[in-house]
Amino acid sequence: MGIRRRHLLGVVVFAAVAAAFAVPAAAVRAGSGLPTKIGKGEGALNVIEWPAYTDPSFAKKFEKQTGCKIHRKDAGSSNEMFSLMHANGGGGGGQYDLVSASGDASLRLIYAHDVQPVNIHLIPSWKQFLPAFKSPPHNTVNGVHYGVSVQWGPNTLIYNTKKVKPAPKGWDAIYSKKYKGKLTVPNNPIQIADAALYLMQTNKKLGIKDPYELTRAQLTAAAKLLIRQKPLLKRYWNYATDEDASFKNGDVWMGAGWPYQTLQLKASHVPVKEIVPLPTTGWADTWMLAAKAPHPNCAYKWMRYVTTPQVEAKQAIVFGETPVNPKACPYMNKLQKGSCAGYHLNEPASYYNKIHFWKTPVAQCGWQKKNDCMDYNAWQQAWTQITG
Amino acid sequence: MAVDAGALAAGPPGRRARLRLSGLLWRRPWLKALGLLTPPLGAFVIVYVGALAVLFVSSFWTVNSFTAEIEHTWTLANYRQIFSSGQPYLHIAALTLEIAAAVTFTDAVLAFPLAYFMARLAGRKTRALLFVMALLPLWSSYLVRIYAWQTILSHDGAINWALNGLGLPDQNLAYTNWAMWIVFSYVWLPFMILPVYAALERIPDSYLEASADLGARGFRTFRSVILPLALPGVVAGSIFTFSLTLGDYITPLLVGGPSSQFIGNVVYDFVGINANVPFAAAFATIPMLIMGAYLLIARRLGAFEAL
Repeated sequence: MGIRRRHLLGVVVFAAVAAAFAVPAAAVRAGSGLPTKIGKGEGALNVIEWPAYTDPSFAKKFEKQTGCKIHRKDAGSSNEMFSLMHANGGGGGGQYDLVSASGDASLRLIYAHDVQPVNIHLIPSWKQFLPAFKSPPHNTVNGVHYGVSVQWGPNTLIYNTKKVKPAPKGWDAIYSKKYKGKLTVPNNPIQIADAALYLMQTNKKLGIKDPYELTRAQLTAAAKLLIRQKPLLKRYWNYATDEDASFKNGDVWMGAGWPYQTLQLKASHVPVKEIVPLPTTGWADTWMLAAKAPHPNCAYKWMRYVTTPQVEAKQAIVFGETPVNPKACPYMNKLQKGSCAGYHLNEPASYYNKIHFWKTPVAQCGWQKKNDCMDYNAWQQAWTQITG
Repeated sequence: MAVDAGALAAGPPGRRARLRLSGLLWRRPWLKALGLLTPPLGAFVIVYVGALAVLFVSSFWTVNSFTAEIEHTWTLANYRQIFSSGQPYLHIAALTLEIAAAVTFTDAVLAFPLAYFMARLAGRKTRALLFVMALLPLWSSYLVRIYAWQTILSHDGAINWALNGLGLPDQNLAYTNWAMWIVFSYVWLPFMILPVYAALERIPDSYLEASADLGARGFRTFRSVILPLALPGVVAGSIFTFSLTLGDYITPLLVGGPSSQFIGNVVYDFVGINANVPFAAAFATIPMLIMGAYLLIARRLGAFEAL
């Protein structure tokens, strides 16, 4: 009992000291308002994450090294992440430190002031990143970084090799009547970008330059394509496991998904293959720092740790995705032979340019001066119209 | 009285005050009722009605799509959008309403004979067994049961297996509105059985004997005696099945097809996408209005006495 009480006392003293240090630390900031060094860990790190993004297989070591105990809140969708971060007054509600936001949520979080700028130079591995992920438009606005890229993946076309013959060659497969009633696509407004990208190549008259920056007419055209697609679908999938289940029981033969699903399906001996028809859409995740993060030092320590080549490689293999740090390549191959090439980490720069990564659509789009692009609210309304 | 007063005066002061208070409460019953009801009623008004009021008020605001901040300017824009033609919202509300009505009807038809058997025909042991069986599904998670139905309804599931065994062709039930109808009817069935059972059990045997004495056969007795007396129970059960279906969003997500959006799904999406709480609130008032009207009708039919 006595020991325990002393422990408690220690914690209280530590907390008081930490609080005393935290105030001057906040005051001593560079001219840009960013911290210039990482202070002592606060003993805890609260994250909103995709399941397994702080998998114990690589997070245990971090906890031991830094003393930052990780508390996890798993989210099932980008919307859930955004809601969690925006709740209780926003900025993570003073409860959460980090969120592993995908590109369809990250700009929303930035514009809603739920996340704060980070000093990217406190994360040394950042210099090693693939150029496409150093300052991508989905987490960097006007040169200000709101987090650090962590992993990415292309959106893939998955098909059952026993049922779909000959093998599909491109995205037109999910708009064609051939496999009517056996197709699936994600239940996510960002899916409109896939249709826009398809129209970008098949209907040049529309003048789409960026599948995430659509005018009203372009959005309507994409929605029309998706409305025509709807009768061909068995269902819209909500969670990755939903899609897996539909492939497993034979309800679905072909659909849009992620390498993660292919990996899971192959592990349970479903005869599937995936192709990545280029150009395609893709997703990239960012560890973003909550505006009211209570443990910023632990958060910085995590961002620093998780982007190192060894950890990048481990997370990539655990989750079935691709690191942003190409130095992870040899470690990946050590963990799983040929996985570096399998996950497209050794491609030339031109490859990454053909993947249009998710970003939240906003009205103030880049390629025209006027605010005439449709924002995500409009996309959501169009999506409700498609699926309703 | 004099003795009482003497006893009062004789006690210690704390006890005296307590006795005086109890005397006061005895003489003024309304005071007692007020004291008893204020805490729960207060909580009810503030937490429950208050939340509904905030919901309703916020439905007249809008959200800034850039910063996701709520803008406190009064507008009917949300309602205009819901009711304008060419928008999917009324269609979605209608689908929700139709499925809720179909589920309620199905549950009433399924629950009535079972509840009748339990209340009037079964022996004590059989009745207990049937009770357990009717309530057993409620002991497991609702989500687990929906996932189980996903498997049953799927392409290679139990239903198609049975159909094939009988030499019948496969049915594409998975991910359709039919699937939603089946799953909803299953998960809410216990909520219909219980009030119908309670209503049927309360019918005195003498009524049925009187009906027989007057020359009524079985069907006539059922139509003129049992059914009218059991109706409040059916309506009470329907409040559960109807409102539970109306507010659900998980079943459409998991077993619904490409066109199976419910009001709840739209609300969920709008809050999630852009923190567009005002629009979600405006759309959520539709099921509230529907339920309000439903409860008024149910009250006319005497459902609240059967609860």
